[in-house]
Amino acid sequence: MRAPDSPIITKGDVLLAVDNVSLSFGGVKALTDVSFDIRKGEIRAIIGPNGAGKTSMLNCINGFYHPTEGRITFKGETRQRMRPHVAARGGIARTFQNVALFKGMTTLDNIMAGRSLKMRRGFFWQVLRHGPALEEEISQRRVVEDIIDFLEIQAIRKVPVGKLAYGLQKRVELGRALAMQPELLLLDEPMAGMNLEEKEDMSRFILDVNQQFGTTIALIEHDMGVVMDLSDRVVVLEYGRKIADGKPDEVKRDERVIAAYLGVPH
Amino acid sequence: MDILYKIFLEPFALMASAPDLLLQTLWEGLVSGVLYALIALGFVLIFKASGVFNFAQGIMVVFAALTLVGLHEKGVPAFLALILTIGVMFVLAFAVERIVLKPLVNQPDIILFMATFGLTYFLIGFGELIFGGNPKQMISRELFLPQGSTDLQLLGGLVRVQHIDIAAAVIASLMIAALAVFFSKTRIGRALRAVADSHKAALSVGISLDQIWVIVWFTAGIVALVTGIMWGARSDVSFALQIIALKALPVLILGGFTSIPGAIVGGLIIGVGEKIGEFYWGPLIGGGIETWLAYMIALLFLLYRPQGLFGEKIIERV
Repeated sequence: MRAPDSPIITKGDVLLAVDNVSLSFGGVKALTDVSFDIRKGEIRAIIGPNGAGKTSMLNCINGFYHPTEGRITFKGETRQRMRPHVAARGGIARTFQNVALFKGMTTLDNIMAGRSLKMRRGFFWQVLRHGPALEEEISQRRVVEDIIDFLEIQAIRKVPVGKLAYGLQKRVELGRALAMQPELLLLDEPMAGMNLEEKEDMSRFILDVNQQFGTTIALIEHDMGVVMDLSDRVVVLEYGRKIADGKPDEVKRDERVIAAYLGVPH
Repeated sequence: MDILYKIFLEPFALMASAPDLLLQTLWEGLVSGVLYALIALGFVLIFKASGVFNFAQGIMVVFAALTLVGLHEKGVPAFLALILTIGVMFVLAFAVERIVLKPLVNQPDIILFMATFGLTYFLIGFGELIFGGNPKQMISRELFLPQGSTDLQLLGGLVRVQHIDIAAAVIASLMIAALAVFFSKTRIGRALRAVADSHKAALSVGISLDQIWVIVWFTAGIVALVTGIMWGARSDVSFALQIIALKALPVLILGGFTSIPGAIVGGLIIGVGEKIGEFYWGPLIGGGIETWLAYMIALLFLLYRPQGLFGEKIIERV
């Protein structure tokens, strides 16, 4: 759903640029003068200690929050205030730190909900559930079944997601985001609360999504092993400021990063 | 002993000895039950999608019926008036979203609830201003609603069935079936349920809350219009109707605030229960059971099954 006049972005170009973004809630500064970019096709990790402003950063990118200062440019288009459903329309999908699913609905319906934007038939046909609307429903269903196969969750297709174990809920949430066929996928701690096996599965899915579909991914994660293995580049935040940015190896050796994570001797 | 006999034996003996009378009472109960169910349905639609208990649903029923009849009185042909009324309900839905819901988004539920109180009094005043406060006749004939009644030979007696009651039951059933399919099988229906579950997640997949709210309020407006026509055709169109709309409360408590089947079954139980109670047990205490029995049943439910018969059990993993 690329607008006809927006530039074509190929692998390696800047897909999203964050320039001097600050965000404050009353007197509390969540982000201060943060700049970085996300390039097409990469996996970009955002790390930092608790309260560093990582989730606030994601919320700014997908329009839940509006930066107090600074600019965010997505696909060459700079925006001051973007509403979340407009960001979704533009190709930004996300998952949440504490899983936000439609708990009363089945796995299938949750992922179908992710297709909402790709379905265009109007209210009238929807009410009749006939003709074009029915055809559309069937073709969309096929895409969703592919995603279900990809994530290996066939067994829970008809289960209300509220009843699923946490690890599976995270997987369904990823499925719903994938159903949007996003250009930029934001993952907020996709492995929080998972055991080792689940983490390995999730890592594999993230890599596959990135390599097979070429989806650009920005991810927040606490598990350093995972971050170092998965990501192409890492940006490190502390107290709302950027303290490092670069390849995983460089970041790992950066003294300020080590200090932020381990503390400095006084 | 005498009182026990009157409570536990006599009514049942009466039922058995005059089954035609029982049938007649059951039928009347069912019909008013269907109408209670329709009113409750309007509440459920809005509650599911926005978590707002819309106190104004009752007055919306009156307002819709009043607009229809009022327009016809001013010389608009019946079916054009019907289409215009649907238009008015859409404008109302749009205005409510823009003027009431949107500025109050993220406020506590009680604030939104109070806002619907305000809406109620606005609609009462506005309706009276434009169409006057006098009771009006529903334009049944012009809308080709059936009139008259048939006496059926059943169970050794006569059971009288009003044609309009049959029409009401059929139309209500069709509408409920259509809504059920719409909710479970279409994109917009799915979006409605999604919004009901989590605003945050719905936004993240690109569902626009504004649009969804207009759609639910409009749907509730259509349900109100159908209810208003049917109820108006049985009695008349007046502001007293909104008192009846309060009966939707016990129906909702019985059926569960979030369940469409619950609204239907709850409506039928309350409708039938009231009529049976009034007819067989009413004389014992001098009548009037009909006005409070529903609330008694609701109270019992609140004590023993607060989520109602069909309400969603809150699934919580610990």
